[in-house]
Amino acid sequence: MLKGLFKKKDKPESGGSDRGLLVFENTTAVIRAETVLKEQGWPIRVMGPPPEIRTGCDLVIEFPLIDELAVIRKLAEANIEPLQVVPVTSVLLEPVDLLQVKEMGQYLMVRAANMKITVDRDTGIIVNISGGGCPDVPYLAEQMVNKTLEGAPHPRDVGYTLCAYALQIAYERMVELCSA
Amino acid sequence: MLGLVGTIPIENIPLISGTIVLDGDHIVLENERISVNRGTPAMIAAAAETLAYMGKPSPVAYLVGDIGDGDGSRHLYNYLSENIGEYALKTLALHYFQPDVHLFKKLFSTIYELDERPTLVGDAGFMYVAKMGGDAALFDLLTPDAGELAYLADEKAPHPFYTRGFILHEDNQVPDLIARAYRHKNASTYLLVKGATDYIADENGVIATVDQPQEEALEAIGGTGDTLTGIVSALIESGMDMESAAINAARVNRLAGAMAKPTPATQVYEVIRQIPRALDQVLNA
Repeated sequence: MLKGLFKKKDKPESGGSDRGLLVFENTTAVIRAETVLKEQGWPIRVMGPPPEIRTGCDLVIEFPLIDELAVIRKLAEANIEPLQVVPVTSVLLEPVDLLQVKEMGQYLMVRAANMKITVDRDTGIIVNISGGGCPDVPYLAEQMVNKTLEGAPHPRDVGYTLCAYALQIAYERMVELCSA
Repeated sequence: MLGLVGTIPIENIPLISGTIVLDGDHIVLENERISVNRGTPAMIAAAAETLAYMGKPSPVAYLVGDIGDGDGSRHLYNYLSENIGEYALKTLALHYFQPDVHLFKKLFSTIYELDERPTLVGDAGFMYVAKMGGDAALFDLLTPDAGELAYLADEKAPHPFYTRGFILHEDNQVPDLIARAYRHKNASTYLLVKGATDYIADENGVIATVDQPQEEALEAIGGTGDTLTGIVSALIESGMDMESAAINAARVNRLAGAMAKPTPATQVYEVIRQIPRALDQVLNA
């Protein structure tokens, strides 16, 4: 019965006060929850938290509040538990969507916000990752540099922070550009 | 004495502190031998090279392993809040770290209560959290790149990830973004903005620019901003006034980069090893 209620075409449209926020302990949990909920087709968005619940390097997931029960149940099946579920009461911050691309001979660099990834287009190998300020950036660089775009781990799978999320956006754009 | 604080991307490195020893492309602290590739180790190596050239003692560092979950950073925040006075630090550079507004404010409350507050240089996570909490002005110098400057200039963004597009847009000129950052009190006493042209500025506007030599490949190389932070911190520690230190650091970093004959695939240690030669050329010009 519930399953039928939440078919993709039946889901409520997003917008206004019918939206809720899922607040998690860390960005890793946000990224895992995003993956689970998107796989189920929910119209969710990863956003910046409003000031009253912001603590540091935060993300929240905006979701249709009407679906709260089903969303919580689906997350629980994946062993993900939000710290809080709150209604949207103020304007949320949009993640960066302005990407910059720079060609340097055989190399291509993509920048998203404060993160840059550079690839040798002849080989598809990631030759450098720069920018960022959170501790997982040097870790991600160690895991990804000198590997191919296909063979490197995805930032969203091994990173924890907003810097990792920005690098994921740059990485996805790089994959698009290199496969075009 | 110069103090340096940051994280190492190795999960099981405990909190370590003491005087840094440079050993080729590694730094040595307590029993840990850490590769200099990017991030805080690159900043430390650049600072140590600069201090050695200037005939000053090697820096002390506080480091902890943290791969992004923030556990190591929180441990070090709390340790520093209790122990930051154990060395007589004249200059303190704060670098890669997990942003946590509450713990940052606690640490800075301690630093500002010291009998002699060190000159404070901020970059990376410490720059992010300072701006996030409305405390950027507590630093004497921040060293953002162009994207991070846009973040400082956007009074609503709590992290570079949320910088609004109309501010981040390439058409915006660096001097305008500097002015906007100061207007909203989201800048330090001085700013050293690194990029195709480096800008040194204060609340009155741009003081100087450095744009030679030009090496486009340096932008792609992870760690070249970190080396700039290390060099400028060491020059301040050596007794240079802030403006001279920032201008000379920008020149040295660019020249060391050019001397490494870089491609976008060059690794930052190749730049660091050129720092003594670049210092020699810049400071004796």
